[in-house]
Amino acid sequence: MSAGLRVVRAGLFDTLQDLGRTGFMALGMPTAGAMDRIGLSLANALAGNPPHTAGLEIGVMGPDLLVEADSVRVALVGPLSPAVIEGPDAAPKPLDSDRSHLLKRGQTLRVGMIEGASTAYLAVSGGFALPPFMGSLSTYSRAGIGGFEGRKLAAGDLLPLAKASVPAGNERRLAQPFDYGSGPLRVIWGPQEEYFSKEGRQTFVEAEYRVSKEADRMGIRFEGPTIAHARSVDKGGADIISDGIAPGAIQVPGAGLPIVLMADRQTVGGYPKIATVASVDLPRLGRLLPGQTVRFTPVTVAEAEALRPDQEARLQRAIAGFVVARPPGGIDLVRLYEENLIDGIVYE
Amino acid sequence: MSVRYLSCGDTAFTVEFGNEISPEINGRVMALHAAIGLAREAGEIFGVIETVPTMRSLMVTYDPLATSRADLQPQVDVLIARGLPVDLKTRRVTIPCCYDDPEFAPDLAEVAERTRKKPEQVIAAHLASPFKVYVLGFMPGLAYVAGLEQSLFLPRRSQPRVRVPRSSVAIAMDMTTIYPFESPGGWHLIGRTPLWMFDQRREEPVFLSPGDSLAFRQIDRKSFDRIAREVEAGTFDWSSLVKRT
Repeated sequence: MSAGLRVVRAGLFDTLQDLGRTGFMALGMPTAGAMDRIGLSLANALAGNPPHTAGLEIGVMGPDLLVEADSVRVALVGPLSPAVIEGPDAAPKPLDSDRSHLLKRGQTLRVGMIEGASTAYLAVSGGFALPPFMGSLSTYSRAGIGGFEGRKLAAGDLLPLAKASVPAGNERRLAQPFDYGSGPLRVIWGPQEEYFSKEGRQTFVEAEYRVSKEADRMGIRFEGPTIAHARSVDKGGADIISDGIAPGAIQVPGAGLPIVLMADRQTVGGYPKIATVASVDLPRLGRLLPGQTVRFTPVTVAEAEALRPDQEARLQRAIAGFVVARPPGGIDLVRLYEENLIDGIVYE
Repeated sequence: MSVRYLSCGDTAFTVEFGNEISPEINGRVMALHAAIGLAREAGEIFGVIETVPTMRSLMVTYDPLATSRADLQPQVDVLIARGLPVDLKTRRVTIPCCYDDPEFAPDLAEVAERTRKKPEQVIAAHLASPFKVYVLGFMPGLAYVAGLEQSLFLPRRSQPRVRVPRSSVAIAMDMTTIYPFESPGGWHLIGRTPLWMFDQRREEPVFLSPGDSLAFRQIDRKSFDRIAREVEAGTFDWSSLVKRT
């Protein structure tokens, strides 16, 4: 029997995602990939995986997963609400987020409703034993490709694990929640800011916008004051000759409300794009819940570029700063081992 | 001709060669697409992730942790100034198409009526059109193929169909297309190819590429069924459709 995680009950939008399928946009292939690359990277690091390993992206409500392997190390990152682990002969107990856990055969992980963010990630040590498609495991469900059979998970699916068992050892946790930043979302004007009137551009950076219910992996529709185009929409003011769409592009169709295009966005499109969300703020955007409000503030390309290394350094520091998640009264096996090893070298 | 650089955030920029659709402008787009590809292979340009050609512009995506707009834009300028490759290798692709089955061509009669032709003349005009793949998008493998003979120009259907079958061959405006998946669509369906424009079992799942020259070849229902069986089984010889020039 192959080792895996059995989907006992499906969540709402569980798909496997890695950092995206790049290199094929010219063929019309969307990149897909994690909505929140920081969340996925932290989950992978906690599970001991390289950052590009595919994890399970959980939207709104997660699945119940039965461990059909001798053991598996998992890490759940993102939700404020604790998941639950139960069985086979033990009472349910909370399974904390932002740390790794060793699960045994027969246990069931119930992720449940996730709170505090729209997106959470479950990484498994060693990753899933599934074939990449065009170099990536990211699911793009509109074309039925990648991930697990190209779709979101359904009850009965067996997600095959690359490792049938993992050695016991220290579990690790994030020392403190990662700071995704606050304040207005930073945007760079363009590529088509001149398609909007001066008043329209002013509205865009001064008004507050609310995440509508129409928010998914493809894009987030916002509600708020309408953004005026420079020319009459009836005369083509909201039409361009289709051009490429970057992640975070903010297109404004004729109705005047902004749509931020996300991981599953089309490669090209014919609506003018007033601005583009800086890549440093895309993970934050990927976690927004319907009803939450945002503002947009313009920065230059160079300013946005300079923000990324800083965020990357903070991510690496968070990973280097993982602490041992010690059970009450337990000992720190890894530290004991490392210190003994160092002693051995020093005194030999 | 001047080139405009448009900001697409801090992970991409678009090089716009013009604000109209013309073979000359698209030729420059495809040439820069090829030139950046070659420069990447030669290790002359660093940090570029991919380039996305459209009718009149090329989007360049990059990793802001590896490079910057300020670094890349002059390099792209140099590539443009150096003179873009003109004799691009192009593929000539032949697409077999069955037009004479009412199930495959529900709009053929209407297209004939609206263009004041006989159905056979519509088919002949489609077969004679010198098509070129300009851009892929909207869904993986969906190609916008321009070059339709002018007498067939029609606006899109006023009522789009909710379901257009996979591999339908359609026309609208000055273009033709082939649906890679069953999907909604507003173009006029005049035939169907037994080929799948997207097949994830193939090593190169997307059949058409930007820059391909393309022509249709008429087949009857019997040939359609035979090729369809081979495509379905994965035994069809796709290379027989492609000539490299």
